[in-house]
Amino acid sequence: MQFLAKTQTLNKPWEPVFIPKFENYATDPNDLLLCPCRALLAYIKRTEVLRKSQRLFVTYQKNHHVEASKNSIARWIVNTVKYAYEHADTDTLQFVRAHDTRKLSTSWALFNGLSSQEILRAAHWSNETTFTSYYLKDVPDLESRFAKAAILHTANRRQKKYFIFLIIKYFQYLDCLWSQIKNLRANKWAEKQITRPYLAFDGVLCEALQHTLPQIIPPSHNDEMSYPLPRVIFRMFDYTDVPEGPVLPGSHAIERYLIEEQLRRIIFKHAFDRKDCAASLLSYPMKNKVPLNYMIVEVMFGELFLLPRCPRLEIYYGSTFIELCKLQPGSMPQVLAQATELLFERLDSMNLSCIERLTNWFAYHLSNFQFRWSWDDWSSCLQMDPELPKPKFIKEVLIKCMRLSYHQRIVETCTEDFAPLIPEKPLSHFKYEKEGSGSLPGTMTAHQLIQAIKSKCTPEETMGILKDLPNPLKEDDETDPTYHPLRIDVFVSTLLHLGNKSFSHSFAAIAKFHHILKLLADTEEGQIWVLRTMFEVWRSHQQMMVVLVDKLLKTQIIEPSAVANWLFSSEMQPEFTKFYVWEIMHSTITKMSKHVDKLQKEVDDAKDKLDAYKRRINDGLEDDDDDEVPTESLIERMEERLDLAQNQQKRLFLIIFQRFIMVLSDHLANCESNGIDYSTPWYKWCIERLQQIFLLHHELVYRYISTLETLLFTSDIDFHILEIFQQFCALRS
Amino acid sequence: MSGTVLTSLKRKYSQAVGLSSYRDQHFKGNRTDQEHLLLLSTTLYVGNLSFYTTEEQIHELFSKCGDIKRIIMGLDKVRKTPCGFCFVEYYTREDSEHAIRYINGTRLDDRIVRTDWDAGFKEGRQYGRGKSGGQVRDEYRTDFDEGRGGYGQIIATKIKTKDSV
Repeated sequence: MQFLAKTQTLNKPWEPVFIPKFENYATDPNDLLLCPCRALLAYIKRTEVLRKSQRLFVTYQKNHHVEASKNSIARWIVNTVKYAYEHADTDTLQFVRAHDTRKLSTSWALFNGLSSQEILRAAHWSNETTFTSYYLKDVPDLESRFAKAAILHTANRRQKKYFIFLIIKYFQYLDCLWSQIKNLRANKWAEKQITRPYLAFDGVLCEALQHTLPQIIPPSHNDEMSYPLPRVIFRMFDYTDVPEGPVLPGSHAIERYLIEEQLRRIIFKHAFDRKDCAASLLSYPMKNKVPLNYMIVEVMFGELFLLPRCPRLEIYYGSTFIELCKLQPGSMPQVLAQATELLFERLDSMNLSCIERLTNWFAYHLSNFQFRWSWDDWSSCLQMDPELPKPKFIKEVLIKCMRLSYHQRIVETCTEDFAPLIPEKPLSHFKYEKEGSGSLPGTMTAHQLIQAIKSKCTPEETMGILKDLPNPLKEDDETDPTYHPLRIDVFVSTLLHLGNKSFSHSFAAIAKFHHILKLLADTEEGQIWVLRTMFEVWRSHQQMMVVLVDKLLKTQIIEPSAVANWLFSSEMQPEFTKFYVWEIMHSTITKMSKHVDKLQKEVDDAKDKLDAYKRRINDGLEDDDDDEVPTESLIERMEERLDLAQNQQKRLFLIIFQRFIMVLSDHLANCESNGIDYSTPWYKWCIERLQQIFLLHHELVYRYISTLETLLFTSDIDFHILEIFQQFCALRS
Repeated sequence: MSGTVLTSLKRKYSQAVGLSSYRDQHFKGNRTDQEHLLLLSTTLYVGNLSFYTTEEQIHELFSKCGDIKRIIMGLDKVRKTPCGFCFVEYYTREDSEHAIRYINGTRLDDRIVRTDWDAGFKEGRQYGRGKSGGQVRDEYRTDFDEGRGGYGQIIATKIKTKDSV
């Protein structure tokens, strides 16, 4: 019998549903009464005289037997389920719909030991998330939590649900390993992946002195201990993905773990030489027993996607992949392409940091292979909301490709229908030279400024030109506003316009007029206005903005908190789903941290020096060291600076979290009052960005946890936002 | 700089980041000083670039290895246009070592780039040292390289004179 399940479509091949007879399995004769085959046959036989068409189900009203409608069948199912529950002594079901049979049957099947693969296949679900998050619901709480863990745990190709935040994941790696080891013990420690050179010396060894190994007692827990973050098992390929050659060991077989571990060691050991690494990986001793290329690709991606951070520079994995492709040009590129397809298909549930790393890697990889890719295979994305993960991924990949090459090159690599996903040509926009600029209040001054700078005026002279511009913020005789938007606008946009030829030109302009920029941006509002102006000029050139913000921070024209406030300003919110915004955010946070670390080190070094000096004096030694000894007051001043920087750092994080709560709360409130679903793509990107900040900077954020708890993540904020914070806390507890 | 320190420095680095056999002939100072500078340098020479490759592209690729201090584009002495090389300076030795490990021998703008240690940028070094303004290798090259202005200068001149005859 053929039918279409809800999740099937006509263009996918139908998978036949095979219902076996119970007589092959049942031992208790009572069970045979439940056999669906028997029941079906009996039903067909009994209704034979009533049936007037090919349809199976007929209604049972007396003398009025017609084909049963969808609704009737649904009602029957509901009645049956209710009947079953009423007669069993559980009352977990309050409300049943016919469709619920999908979750009920699958959930019970899982508890009774069916594998997740079998369940997914039977229900025509493509991945485990659908199952775990939507269907696995109507079972008592504890059980369902356990079941969710179990199913994500055993899920085969699940790599990036990666909700490392969910504590259930914590047990995955160890639990899984532990059960593998127990299995191994049950099999008398027999496996085929470990090289055992000692077997050759069996004769000698069995007569040798036997040592008794001491028992290893693990230290007991105390509150001071900090544990490593949870690790998730990464499995990308299934044995069915490997078309020929040796079979891929099962996802949870100890063999898979052992190979993974050995490959990971090679990757770790050769991190300083990608060519050695690639060669060593390919000469893995057991290479004839496993589909090695698949294992290598899986392990490499597993490392690349490790959270919170990738253990090495991302480019190490990228350049090693290139080396692997060079060494195995006949097979490696295909496996990598297959991997890319698999990962692409799973973008919807992939962790954001992993999507970013995948994007960077893929663009980098393409740049080494003439940007050849069959983009058309992904053309179904062109009809989607461009904010959804798949089209977003393509767009960001193309942006990154462009950054490594040039606009025209990218236009030529894709077919015309990809135009909506192709990035804008990066150009600067200088409003004071556009048509209609005559009416702008700063145009005259801007033109004067251009002339003056071109004829190599001094920085002070430019201040003279700007002097006469009125401050639009000033009202009557009130006190001076904290910044002068018009002066900033005219000066910064003119300067950036004149330096628009390259990074070096822009940097030179900033360096020459550093003093003026500092004067104009002496308050945070002023600094935000500098950034706004920069955005206006360079909005189509993301890389330029990233580099300029970096420069402005390094030259201390703007402060990190200004960058955070600017990125959260209302005009930047449409940009929120673009990756470059977060490139700027994370690099700002990192820069701040590096600054604090540097000051900390300076203080420590100075203290050490002073201590050493004091010891020498105490010991009555001559001070023959040429190094200058820092004075107490100097150290005090250094500590003050460190203190200041640490406060700045804390403030930066508080601003970021506070602004996150604000934009997310606004969104949730708006959706509620307009009666729309809050879970838009924008919301998803945004909430994941919040998660990412927590995770990427977890060491730092953890220091502020009590402040965050009492000041920001209080019980009155929306549950969805609070949840992220609680998950973060759970990660460390 | 004593010889032993130099040897130990040399030994410290794995093959991937060790010094190549090239030594800048215009270096002011003796060979030991030069090698010492090279072993501590955070500046890289980047070669075999296309004339069309921009500072932006170089920045994008090399910033994958660390924070970049500055990029100095190599220019044709006469025309003042890019002539296929540059210097990339990092803030730390570690980052520059990463660049040699992971970027040397990979592609940028479809060309295999070559990186090598540089003793540190000095004004004037941004210009090509070839007779016609570009790099020396572009004088003598006999192949046709579209990304580097076609044939080498000497052959190009020969072809030109032949055509005019």
